[in-house]
Amino acid sequence: MSESPLLFVRDLDAFYGDFQALFGLSMEVRAGEAVAVIGANGAGKSTLLKSIAGLLPARPDAIDFDGAHIGGMPAHAVAARGIALVPEGRGLFASLSVEENLLIGGQLKRPGPWSLQRIYELFPALGERRHFPSTALSGGQQQMVAISRGLMSNPKLLLCDEISLGLAPIIVRDIYARLPAILGEGISLVLVEQDIVQALKATQRVYCLQEGRVALSGAAKELTREAIAAAYFGV
Amino acid sequence: MSVRVAFASRSSRVGMALCAVALVVLAAAPFWGGRDDMQLLSQIYAYVALASLWNLLAGYAGLVSVGQQAYVGLGAYLLFAFAILGGVSPLWAIPLAGIIAALVAIPVAGLVFRLRGHYFAIGTWIIAEVFRLLASQVSVLGGGSGTSLPASMVVGIASTRQMRESLVYWIALALVVAVLTLIVLLLRSRYGLALKAIRDSELAATTNGIDVLRTKVLVYVVTAFGTAMIGALIFFQRLRISPDAAFSVNDWTAFVIFITVIGGIGRIEGPIIGTIVFFALRQTLADLGTIYLLMLGVVAILVMLTAPKGIWGLIVERFGWQIFPLERTVILDDRSAGRGKQRPDDR
Amino acid sequence: MTDWINVILQGVLVGGLYAMFAAGLSLIFGVMRLVNIAHGDLIVLAAYVALVTTEALGIGPLVSLIIVVPLMAVIGYALQRLILNRTLGEDLLPPLLVTFGLSVIIQNGLLALFTADSRKLQAGDIEVATFKLLEGVYVGILPLLQFAVAIAVIAALQFVFYRTALGRAFRATADSPPVAQLMGLDNRHVFGLAMALSLAVVAIAGVFLAIRADFDPSIGPARLIFGFEAVIIGGLGSMWGTFAGGIVLGVAQAIGAHINPGWQILAGHIAFLIILAVRPEGLFPRIRA
Repeated sequence: MSESPLLFVRDLDAFYGDFQALFGLSMEVRAGEAVAVIGANGAGKSTLLKSIAGLLPARPDAIDFDGAHIGGMPAHAVAARGIALVPEGRGLFASLSVEENLLIGGQLKRPGPWSLQRIYELFPALGERRHFPSTALSGGQQQMVAISRGLMSNPKLLLCDEISLGLAPIIVRDIYARLPAILGEGISLVLVEQDIVQALKATQRVYCLQEGRVALSGAAKELTREAIAAAYFGV
Repeated sequence: MSVRVAFASRSSRVGMALCAVALVVLAAAPFWGGRDDMQLLSQIYAYVALASLWNLLAGYAGLVSVGQQAYVGLGAYLLFAFAILGGVSPLWAIPLAGIIAALVAIPVAGLVFRLRGHYFAIGTWIIAEVFRLLASQVSVLGGGSGTSLPASMVVGIASTRQMRESLVYWIALALVVAVLTLIVLLLRSRYGLALKAIRDSELAATTNGIDVLRTKVLVYVVTAFGTAMIGALIFFQRLRISPDAAFSVNDWTAFVIFITVIGGIGRIEGPIIGTIVFFALRQTLADLGTIYLLMLGVVAILVMLTAPKGIWGLIVERFGWQIFPLERTVILDDRSAGRGKQRPDDR
Repeated sequence: MTDWINVILQGVLVGGLYAMFAAGLSLIFGVMRLVNIAHGDLIVLAAYVALVTTEALGIGPLVSLIIVVPLMAVIGYALQRLILNRTLGEDLLPPLLVTFGLSVIIQNGLLALFTADSRKLQAGDIEVATFKLLEGVYVGILPLLQFAVAIAVIAALQFVFYRTALGRAFRATADSPPVAQLMGLDNRHVFGLAMALSLAVVAIAGVFLAIRADFDPSIGPARLIFGFEAVIIGGLGSMWGTFAGGIVLGVAQAIGAHINPGWQILAGHIAFLIILAVRPEGLFPRIRA
């Protein structure tokens, strides 16, 4: 049975001023799937996520979500449709406490299983620090806040931009250990990652980007190390 | 391969030639024009100079001041003080007023530079208000209602009335030429390059060794110097001064800002174009009084929202002209090719 | 001695009004880094709206607040969405110049509609009612009411900012506009609401200004300056700091006026300049995280 994918990116171009970052890029994510997007710095991974989330302009038909063209829609409208982006560098609101960050994540009030209580069950450390300023937490905890904030909107699709960035490996393992609990609810996931090992373990399919184009794609289990290295570095 | 920096371009050569011609014609105004013509031209020169100085401060140094009327008034009051209290001839009083204003500007800068951006702007306004309030406390200069220049001071500068009017006109012309020349020289110097760097990115400028604060203070003081001299001249021509007139926000800031915005901020030709447009509008619409100011405000807002670079900005974008030789072009002399290659280093 | 007590008291009470001028200004700066040069003129506009409302409907000025406040809030929202939102961005010049242009437009528009004649709103007996605090020290009921309203307004703003979803939206959008968008917040709408709230405060300040003293189209810039001075004296980032700044300004002006009536405003400027020279971060700055 082939149903149309939840997210379909079709020939996407992206520009920063005169500089072109993405060249006719296509990819798809099916409902309930976890997909990794890997690639060297500057390959266009963050640009791809920002375009999907509505922070960068795009042709209307370049991005389809849940059966509708959303390319070029403003970010707040895209968020209302059920896409949540956990931005690179976490993007926590410094003036808000942990709980306030979470509440703002949920201010769209979309129906779904995620709530403050569920978040605190999944991440008890956050519950203990709920009234702390969000920036007073450790790096790993801040990342948990950022991910939880995304979940609070009960999205259909969660986009994570380099959640391992700047974190110790043990912390990264800890965070990735909780991903199945998140995915168990049927959320689809796009993981942009530098940490290839974790990314491949956590996802079913992989896209490898190189200079704004898809250099390689396939099932995570089937791709060889050599193929990935070749695609990653463009040798 | 050697490298040199050239400023002139074809359009600037044409522009400078036209300016030279215009200068000769304008200098001869006492011979072809009547008193009204010379007065109108003097006003135009004053506004070109004031707007060019404001543009230097805001468009080049990024210091948006809504308080330049402080120095217009200060220069004017200094001239009247010199004349009435010291018997100094206005011809000397003008440059003297400029120098003293420049000295005053230094501690003022020390205070007002503690504020940044929008707050700096309002700070400059408060300084102007302080100057105004202080001026209205000085009773020897007329206090709140002001005073007039004694006739002896005016008569003393030349033997006939005709000569006097011509002399004052030439001073006005000389002053605006001097101000523009000073600005051009400043922009062509390494301070001008520093200003450009600061305008693009203050952080990058600092890490490249540019003393940002010193450059900004320099520009602020130079602007005060020029503005005070213009103020002195304007009120000398009016023969009368009062705190409200000398420190008027409308006359010396609102109009100046509108001129620069409409003409084009950050380019030296902008204020000149803007002044011409402003006076053309004024001649046709002045009877409308308050509505005129209101319309100016509307036009300025529209320009700011739709064409923020002003009229001259649009022309530059379209044709790449410049009248004043200011754009730095890096010329590489490639000996093997036997010719110079031109590549403009900025736009 | 009682002379000086009266002077200080007057200064404190008028300081509440200055704090109200400042509150709207500092709210906008906090949320969108915009200093509205037309702020003072909008206060005067509110006074004229109250004038028209009281004359047309035959109601008292304090009652007119019911109409003036929502009306000014709507004007604020429209102003932000139609004009000011377009000026926001990296560059400092557009919002400054556009609000400057607005200031000129409002002043001259009011001048054209109402002439330069001084006007005043009549609030009736409450204007002259006083009560005796101490021997020789009398407190006006109206100034006291105005002071109480100022406290209430600042407390209400604090509440909105720190205890409501709207306040969260303000703070989040101020921290990071793009990330706020990711949360589903439409920045244009959030900024519009901030301006609406600011002008609601402006409306209250304008009505009290109009009852208290003569007003005409040209007094706007001075109100902007007083509000601004209160913000700087009090310190950025703190509403109660701004309140304290207003009081310091009011007291400085009152002392100046007592020494020589012509020195009232100058005394305020001098207090401001001294703070700027000696403690530029203000008396009670809240350090931003």
